[in-house]
Amino acid sequence: MLSGTHRARAVPLWRDVRALRFAVQAAVLLVVVVPVVLMAGNFATATEERGLGFGFGFLRRQAGFEIDDSLVPYSAASTYGSAFLVGLLNTLFVSAVGIILATILGIGVGVARLSPNWLLSRLAAGYVELMRNTPLLLQLVIIFFLVFLQLPPVAESVAIANVAYLNQRGLYVPGANATDGFAIWIGFWVAAVAALVITRIVARRREDEGRPVRRLRTMGVLVAVALPVIGWFAAGGSPLSFDLPVLGPFNFSGGVEFSTGFAALLTGLVIYTAAFIGEVVRGGIQAVRRGQLEAARALGLSEGQVLGLVIFPQALRIIVPPLTSQYLNLTKNSSLAIAVGYSDLFKIGQTMSNQTGQPVPVIVMVMGTYLVISLATSLLMNLYNRRVQVIER
Amino acid sequence: MDEALAPPKGTIGPVAWLRGNLFSGPVNGLVTLMLSAALVWVALQVGGWAVSEARWNVVTDNLRVFLIGRYPGDLAWRIWLSLAIPSVLAGLSAGAYGRTTRMLAVTLSAVQALIAVLIATSPIGILGVLAYSANAAAVWVAFVIGLRGLIPRRVLTAAWLVSLPTCFILIAGFTGTPLASVGTNDWGGLLLTVLLATVGIVLSFPLGVLLALGRRSTLPVVRILSTGYIELIRGVPLVTILFMADLILPLFLPAEWRLDRVARAMGGITLFSAAYVAENVRGGLQSIPTGQVEAAQALGLTGVQTNISIVLPQALRAVIPANVGLFISLLKDTTLVSIIGLLELLSVGRAVLAQPDSLGARMEVYVFVAAVFFVLCYAMSQASYRVERALGVGTR
Repeated sequence: MLSGTHRARAVPLWRDVRALRFAVQAAVLLVVVVPVVLMAGNFATATEERGLGFGFGFLRRQAGFEIDDSLVPYSAASTYGSAFLVGLLNTLFVSAVGIILATILGIGVGVARLSPNWLLSRLAAGYVELMRNTPLLLQLVIIFFLVFLQLPPVAESVAIANVAYLNQRGLYVPGANATDGFAIWIGFWVAAVAALVITRIVARRREDEGRPVRRLRTMGVLVAVALPVIGWFAAGGSPLSFDLPVLGPFNFSGGVEFSTGFAALLTGLVIYTAAFIGEVVRGGIQAVRRGQLEAARALGLSEGQVLGLVIFPQALRIIVPPLTSQYLNLTKNSSLAIAVGYSDLFKIGQTMSNQTGQPVPVIVMVMGTYLVISLATSLLMNLYNRRVQVIER
Repeated sequence: MDEALAPPKGTIGPVAWLRGNLFSGPVNGLVTLMLSAALVWVALQVGGWAVSEARWNVVTDNLRVFLIGRYPGDLAWRIWLSLAIPSVLAGLSAGAYGRTTRMLAVTLSAVQALIAVLIATSPIGILGVLAYSANAAAVWVAFVIGLRGLIPRRVLTAAWLVSLPTCFILIAGFTGTPLASVGTNDWGGLLLTVLLATVGIVLSFPLGVLLALGRRSTLPVVRILSTGYIELIRGVPLVTILFMADLILPLFLPAEWRLDRVARAMGGITLFSAAYVAENVRGGLQSIPTGQVEAAQALGLTGVQTNISIVLPQALRAVIPANVGLFISLLKDTTLVSIIGLLELLSVGRAVLAQPDSLGARMEVYVFVAAVFFVLCYAMSQASYRVERALGVGTR
């Protein structure tokens, strides 16, 4: 009798939450796994029929194609692996420079949007709308074809102070090479940084004790500036030798070359992303309560102090998370380099895939790399975000 | 006695406005003067070029290609007709529901009126002008009908659901029927751009909702798979996904399946935007107070019932503006399919520039393409901004 009621009360399998949860998860897994297995089978047959094979062995083979923009030594005799590395470095380089410039311009745009000058704020708003409502790819194409390719040809290059030259093919600036004294000079730089760090620590301690720190801070900065200057002479002759670009019969030799494609991509990414960053900055500043501004003014702070000590630190808390996603967007958007012929990760990946006939390993590498860059950027920005957030009790 | 006192002198009126907003100090005045000078100079340069130098006939002569690519001109009526469907539906819904749909209706009407004006300057013919004007007008007629409440909402919803497939069938057609088949290779220009974005957002919506629910699920397998997918897709650029859809997907599909390039691009865009829709929807889901779910549970609703009838209706309403923003960026992102060789608006522009007649008319063509994107995106972002304010999103 007792066992009878117990059995009647027992939850049947199809209503048991644990069984249901298991069944649902198993079903979902099946729905995902079965197509993947089937597709893998198709892939195996397809590659066998075309005699492609799958593997990363091609990375050690000779690439055989030239790359115009390279931050490391590279020639057509280098391997596919080093070609990939060149692409990766180019992507990182254009993204890093782009992020710095876009942030500076973006803050300018955001502040201009809030300017009491009606004309300035309207112009900034117009700029933001124009940038946000047209495709980046179109902007890049316009900047590349209608601005940079309209520059004078090599023979009629625009000289900038006779050390840098600008023409259709790119921007040529002096390069710097290390000489024997370079290591000594670097030592002085390290000492300068150490001086700054020590000043900071000591100053903070003195501040906690309520003693004045202004003179100490000035001293620290002076020492830090003086050290590399002293080091320049202490190194025994110039630690750097400059290498000026010189116009040869066909093109410039020497110096450092930034191609037109790089310049167009960087310009495009910067002015496009700056519009978005401008809106982020404006939103952040507007979100700081008005009372803060009024209180800061009432305390007699100067306009610069109000902005730098009261408004910005608070706005930063709101700005950082959306700013992170703008940085990520800029990095991902740098893959449009292919439209202006800059050899970034994606463009080199495409060339590699065409030449080796191995699109799958190549795209796995390219996508994996972008993913790692994105995750690393998020991680860094999250760490920074944690620092600027107010720690609430 | 009731007479209001006049405001103090110099606080209202144009002069006071100028002083307050443009010349409030020496620095401000200088900025204003310099900016005005620069602005006038730029306006004169651009205006002079646009009026006297620019060869706009490169654009007007090729307007058909810009609008529909290589779609056969004598079948263009099918596109007009397929545009009439959303026009009428948007008008009816704007009358019946108001709010978000009203913005869609206004945008559709304005854009089609603009296209009618453009066609009037081109050799396409009076029929095109009439068709687009009729569509623009149909929105307003339908709006009046919708306001009267003549069409039940249920019918409207059903009509919306079948409208996209209907439009698709109208445009694509079938071989051997009076509705002759037009291959996707011939779809191009603005037609392809809008189709890619619309299909992308519509198809990715259900997928994105599922992913968002999956990410918040208590089942570990479902949660990990959804989170992994969303983060993977959001971590890579769209070009790499389009590249995969174009070159790699065929290797993974059975050899008999011959998906054409447009379909593959649509698939890629859908899978890409699903991850972004999912994050929008997740935001909406998080905005629902826990009390709602608890109340539903207290009433004895199951998990699925709670989601379908309590959580999702509220969450989805809250994410409409965010999804409009996503649609706008998707519309801009469709230009990337030019990299895998599809003839959307930007690549049609390049194809036009490759003709000997349009040599040196780069500026004209790019300015036109940019203007088309700007009008579409700006209209939608402004409309969505107004709707957002009307709904009180973020202020309630």
